[in-house]
Amino acid sequence: MSATRPPLVHISNVSKIFKRGAEEIHVLSGLELAVNEADFLALMGPSGSGKSTLLNLIGGLDRPTSGTVQIGDERVDQLSDRQLAGWRARHIGFVFQFYNLLPALSAERNIELPLLLTGLNQAGRREHVAAALAAVGLSHRAKHFPRTLSGGEQQRVGIARAIVTDPTVLLCDEPTGDLDRKSGDEILALLQSLNKDHGKTIIMVTHDPHASARASHTVYLDKGQLSNNPVA
Amino acid sequence: MKFLPLVWAGLKRKKLRTALTFLSIFIAFMLFAFLGALKQALGGGVSMAGLDRLIVRHKVSLIQTLPESYKARIQAVSGVDAVCHQTWFGGVYQDPKNFFPNMPVEPGAFCGMFPEFVLKEAERQAWLRTRSGAIVGRATAERFKWRLGERIPLQSPMWGAPAGQSQWELEIVGIYDGINKSTDTSQLFFRYDYFEEARQRDKGQVGWYTVRIADPARAAEIAAAIDGEFANSPYETKSEPEGAFAQGFAQQIGDIGSIVMAVVGAVFFTILLVAGNTMGQSVRERTEELGVLKAIGFSNLLVLALVLLESCCIAILGGFSGLGAAWLIVASGNPIPSLLPVFFLPTSSLVSGAMLAVALGLVAGVLPAWQAMRLRIADALRRGG
Repeated sequence: MSATRPPLVHISNVSKIFKRGAEEIHVLSGLELAVNEADFLALMGPSGSGKSTLLNLIGGLDRPTSGTVQIGDERVDQLSDRQLAGWRARHIGFVFQFYNLLPALSAERNIELPLLLTGLNQAGRREHVAAALAAVGLSHRAKHFPRTLSGGEQQRVGIARAIVTDPTVLLCDEPTGDLDRKSGDEILALLQSLNKDHGKTIIMVTHDPHASARASHTVYLDKGQLSNNPVA
Repeated sequence: MKFLPLVWAGLKRKKLRTALTFLSIFIAFMLFAFLGALKQALGGGVSMAGLDRLIVRHKVSLIQTLPESYKARIQAVSGVDAVCHQTWFGGVYQDPKNFFPNMPVEPGAFCGMFPEFVLKEAERQAWLRTRSGAIVGRATAERFKWRLGERIPLQSPMWGAPAGQSQWELEIVGIYDGINKSTDTSQLFFRYDYFEEARQRDKGQVGWYTVRIADPARAAEIAAAIDGEFANSPYETKSEPEGAFAQGFAQQIGDIGSIVMAVVGAVFFTILLVAGNTMGQSVRERTEELGVLKAIGFSNLLVLALVLLESCCIAILGGFSGLGAAWLIVASGNPIPSLLPVFFLPTSSLVSGAMLAVALGLVAGVLPAWQAMRLRIADALRRGG
């Protein structure tokens, strides 16, 4: 970790409580986390440990019950819904376990989606889409629809969509969870390359130790608390 | 514009469902426009009626006749500019199904009274010269392929035939056009003096009078004065503005406007449910996709607008296509010229149809759009995953 620069992602004393009827479920309790710029962090933990909830808080998809979430200079937990939407468009790239591509759109149209929220004209958007497709090695599949792509290819399109706006942080929720080992390795290599070669800050939720080994370091989440040691 | 491919993709997602919804909207709007043309046709006389004209008829009913001598007395009423009379002849050309209205009139007074019937001056002169001459509207002339100079036979169950003849013979001396497309050009007019001389009964009797008044604001007062003139006589009169007369005539076969509104209302309510259900289902099926859009930065309002736009797109596509199809059908010809003298799709129906299509899209889409807007991202992605 850098001693001179503040962390890019700074989560302080964050708690998240879900209510199910009268019952309160404490998913995160007084959680602290700092992630530096250009870091590749793997977040591991058993099912239900709150990994995705934490990712949602960092990505501004949800708000903490208490505590602060700061990304760069922005207190994300204090933004309104509208401000959050704009902030996500500028700063966050999401990669989902099940790719979450829009089936009625071609690969290039899926990748173009985040660019629709920018001021780029059509030519500018095409240029960015082409660069993102090239970065994930799928230039030849630009016109293909998701149903005609393999799982690995769909996830590459998902990654291209996540990086096309050059976001501050890339949040990956089990990006290899739905892939075979070979495709999973390719996706992990791609994420590693984005981190090492392009300086992307990546936070990846995973169950898979093989995947976490690709990250620069790993933290473990259990019972709402983080630790640097695997859960027993 | 840049979001249109996204909207289009939403419509293409379930092609069969979109096609069926499109078709139901298409049919509804075609019906709407076609009924608009029908309403216009059946109530055509109302829109053609002059504000400065009154109709004077027998107080009991239209089929009772009035003395021709009333003309001079009506003319003498203060505020009356001109008077002419018409009489229902009910002539049949070859076969009763070839119906068209035909009436004896006084050519000079008639042409002055009805400027909406446009007749060439030479043909008007020929009518004034020819005792058995008749003028016919363009629609009927084209329907029976009549030409100037042609002699046409008419049989009249009401008036019989002239003495020593088996039928009435009229010479076509003029073909008039309407001043605009809502003018009825299905009627035939021939000379009253020829009719009066040849008919075997009710001589000196006419059907009704048309009266032009100088000041339309005084219509009620003048109508009352005319009726007062003939009060307590054997032939009491009822005078009313021409529009009211035409309205009453059209309503002899029912309140067409109300019938059309009832049918259209029922159809549109059903279509609203169909389109609303389609959009609701579409949004429910795309919960995860909408969650993804929001996750990558689409605001709640933008998602609301996209769903509304999608709903409007299908309503506008279906609606405009339906209106266009109805326009083509109506423009291809009058299906029953004997019953519908004027048959065209009024611009007002097209404009109100277009506005209705947009309104349908908005109303059908508003609830699903609201649901999409309120969708929580984490919940949407969890449901999808």
